[in-house]
Amino acid sequence: MGNGTKVGQVRGLGSAHGGTHHWMQQRFTAVGNALLVTWLLISVVTLPSYDYPTVTGWLAQPIVAVPMILLLVSVFQHIRLGLQVFIEDYVHDEGLKFASLILINFYAIAAAAFGIFSVAKIAFTGSVL
Amino acid sequence: MAKTGQRPLSPHLSIWRWGPHMLVSILHRVTGDGMAIFGGLGLVWWLCAIASGPAGYANFRYYAWEAAAGDTWGLIVNILCRIVMIGLTWAFFEHLFSGLRHFVLDIGAGYELNVNRRWSVVIVVASIVATAALWAWLLFGKGL
Repeated sequence: MGNGTKVGQVRGLGSAHGGTHHWMQQRFTAVGNALLVTWLLISVVTLPSYDYPTVTGWLAQPIVAVPMILLLVSVFQHIRLGLQVFIEDYVHDEGLKFASLILINFYAIAAAAFGIFSVAKIAFTGSVL
Repeated sequence: MAKTGQRPLSPHLSIWRWGPHMLVSILHRVTGDGMAIFGGLGLVWWLCAIASGPAGYANFRYYAWEAAAGDTWGLIVNILCRIVMIGLTWAFFEHLFSGLRHFVLDIGAGYELNVNRRWSVVIVVASIVATAALWAWLLFGKGL
């Protein structure tokens, strides 16, 4: 809480130089993940088979493709925030910390983009077989 | 870090007496960061493989689950993938249950010593039971 002063407590700024936004985002995406990843787990384990036509036919449906894209957004935002806390806690060299934060941002955003593009491609080109 | 060099340091893992609440807190971070890397990459690998067409997806299935009997390297990758998949399933249940515990703690409840200890034990046990039950059903019930 800042330097422990009244104004520091009001601003709610700690050693991360940020306020409650990060903390709230971690909770919002946690609720999203709890719902969406549970949905994904149940959906995948109950698929009748894992051959190409079954999986693409399943994934191409709007009722599957849309939650899957939402899942990728929620999960990778949560991953970005979670890895950020990990780095802030354990990487103490300022330069290395900055480089690590760039790296995890690139990772989370690129992975989400690859995933969303893949789902969109499967949904728009249909189950080709 | 010159400014903070002289500040007193908090005692760390080596000095506290281990308890279930400490274990569940550490496991929350370990499973979260583990899933962030292995789960994130695995999910995107799977989706990209499907999107790249039947040959790409067949290649994914080959290395993830069903390499040919004579292919030693492929079978080693299969075993590693199975360990990762079972590990990720456990990590998911552990992180989910522990995350639900955090929501309760966030509203200011569950800090009584006995309650906190009991729910921490429940989370560790429940995540192992859920993982075992799911894989038992997948392998023996569904015949994966």
